[in-house]
Amino acid sequence: MILMKIFNRTNISWIVLFILTYFVLEGLTWAGIIDPFYEITVVNIFINIILAVGLNLIVGFSGQLALGHAGFMAIGAYATGILLVKMPSGAGLIVSMLVGMLVAGILALIIGIPTLRLKGDYFAIATLGASEIIRIAILNLPDLTNGAVGISGIPLMVDWRFAYFIAALTILVVSNYIRSSPGRATIAVREDEIAAESLSIQTTYYKNLAFLIGAVTAVLAGSIHASYFGVINPGQFTFNKSIDILIIVVFGGIGSVTGSVVAAVVLGIINVYLQQFGALRMIIYALVLIFIMIFRPSGLMGNVEFSLSKLFKRPQDVPGSIENMEQEKGA
Amino acid sequence: MDTFIQQLINGLSLGSVYALVALGYTMVYGIIKLLNFAHGDVYMVGAFIGYYIIANFNLGFVPTLVLTMLITGLIGVFIYQIAYRPLRNSTRIASLITAIGMSYLLQNGMIYIAGPQTRSFPQIIDNQMYSLGSIRISTMQILMLMTTIFLMIALQLIVQQTKFGKAMRAVSNDPEAAQLMGINSNQVISFTFFLGSMLAGAGGVLVGMYYNTITPTMGAGPGLKAFIAAVVGGIGSIPGAMLGGYLIGMIEVVISAFGNSMIRDAVVYLILIIILLVRPNGILGKHETEKV
Repeated sequence: MILMKIFNRTNISWIVLFILTYFVLEGLTWAGIIDPFYEITVVNIFINIILAVGLNLIVGFSGQLALGHAGFMAIGAYATGILLVKMPSGAGLIVSMLVGMLVAGILALIIGIPTLRLKGDYFAIATLGASEIIRIAILNLPDLTNGAVGISGIPLMVDWRFAYFIAALTILVVSNYIRSSPGRATIAVREDEIAAESLSIQTTYYKNLAFLIGAVTAVLAGSIHASYFGVINPGQFTFNKSIDILIIVVFGGIGSVTGSVVAAVVLGIINVYLQQFGALRMIIYALVLIFIMIFRPSGLMGNVEFSLSKLFKRPQDVPGSIENMEQEKGA
Repeated sequence: MDTFIQQLINGLSLGSVYALVALGYTMVYGIIKLLNFAHGDVYMVGAFIGYYIIANFNLGFVPTLVLTMLITGLIGVFIYQIAYRPLRNSTRIASLITAIGMSYLLQNGMIYIAGPQTRSFPQIIDNQMYSLGSIRISTMQILMLMTTIFLMIALQLIVQQTKFGKAMRAVSNDPEAAQLMGINSNQVISFTFFLGSMLAGAGGVLVGMYYNTITPTMGAGPGLKAFIAAVVGGIGSIPGAMLGGYLIGMIEVVISAFGNSMIRDAVVYLILIIILLVRPNGILGKHETEKV
């Protein structure tokens, strides 16, 4: 029974997709199409997938706007940066990730427990403030973090395969969470908080849980960033970085894990393509952003999810299924 | 003690600017619940318009200020009409992302037009220092304070006494009911953007004259600070934005003077979080009860 639960249709289709993509990427690397330059883009896309999928859990599924995802990423990056210099081994990387997750988790609860019981944009503003405080704290602790200069020469323990594995793991964890009982409760809170509360769902608890999971995944992205590029500084984790991640989430579709993945890939490729425009790059990017929001405000995927079975089955074949209902709502 | 009073006077000047920008945030939030992150960049555009007016037409202080305010106000209306109006019926997050896109567009558009370098703002007033005992105050500081107070009184009169102001308050209270009463909510929102952008433009010119330098990226920092000021004062409340602006400005200046200027921003954000925890509606915000 448990095996049946784990290997349901969604998980199998994701895993099949992961394995296929892995071999395609391995082939492209072997053929030299993904050279070291493009590998950076690919790893960046994986990091953005982890960040966006985690943020989508907070913004899309629990419905709480968070503007401070870069702060948690900074915690992961600095945990890895500081600890990996002291113990440059695979074990050191894992330990640093766990330490980062612990710190970020505690911090997420400190921010979340008081502000998530409030309605409105208070949570958004508090996360914005918290992530800026994290960044300024990093700037002002030069003994630990080397201040504004940042840490360089971090042992490069991570390759694209590891980043790919963590990205796949994040997708699996989040897509399974939202199909689980607490995940359904989280979505219920998003849809109608008062109705959910009257069905004895502890709204604050589920909002905090989603925020906690999202924050912890951001730590993983930060660790990969630190140990793949080897250089980190506080300027990489500003408010603008949080906004970049939010843009991926909204662009892909709020409440669609598939959307976040697609958007991270599409925006990663657009960014490479826009490099040639030089000064006009950011102007074009801004215009694209505004036009997409005006003409497709629900994002690329809306809240539709990827599943292999859907490719072979029309939605109305499964009457009353959640996918079916979500699709009707999206349409 | 004298240094403290001196710092408070410096803080009042900085706070005036925060208050002017915060008013735009709070009015727009109050009326369409949009966190208008492009507002800081409207303030930057205002500073550049003032710069070009002085550089090309060599006008005095008051005509420059009035002209800048009008042009910036119209730019604000234009931004609303092309970017936010089509999204009035979609999710709030979509409008938020559009506001961020608009912020990028204004900032990078200005870098493209004017270049990324810092420019020095031409001096059009005779800046003198007055001494009261050991406390020194400059003409520019007095001018800033007077202009801001004048604009705030004017805004209060518009919002409280005119028909348009009444319509603004009605739309912010309940947009649908206001529409049923025959209020053209679109026009009212446009007018709100006009007023908010006007004040931001005035803030831009004053800051250009006070600090003598302007850059296309000058909007990001004060924009965020003004937003915090609006939240601390109680977002949606006009007197709250003024109070918050002055409060944040003075706290910043006093911390820079007596403590470490590196932790200045951290303290501001900490105050923000404490206010959110203790009084989530802000100092002057009104508490809204939950309706089913």
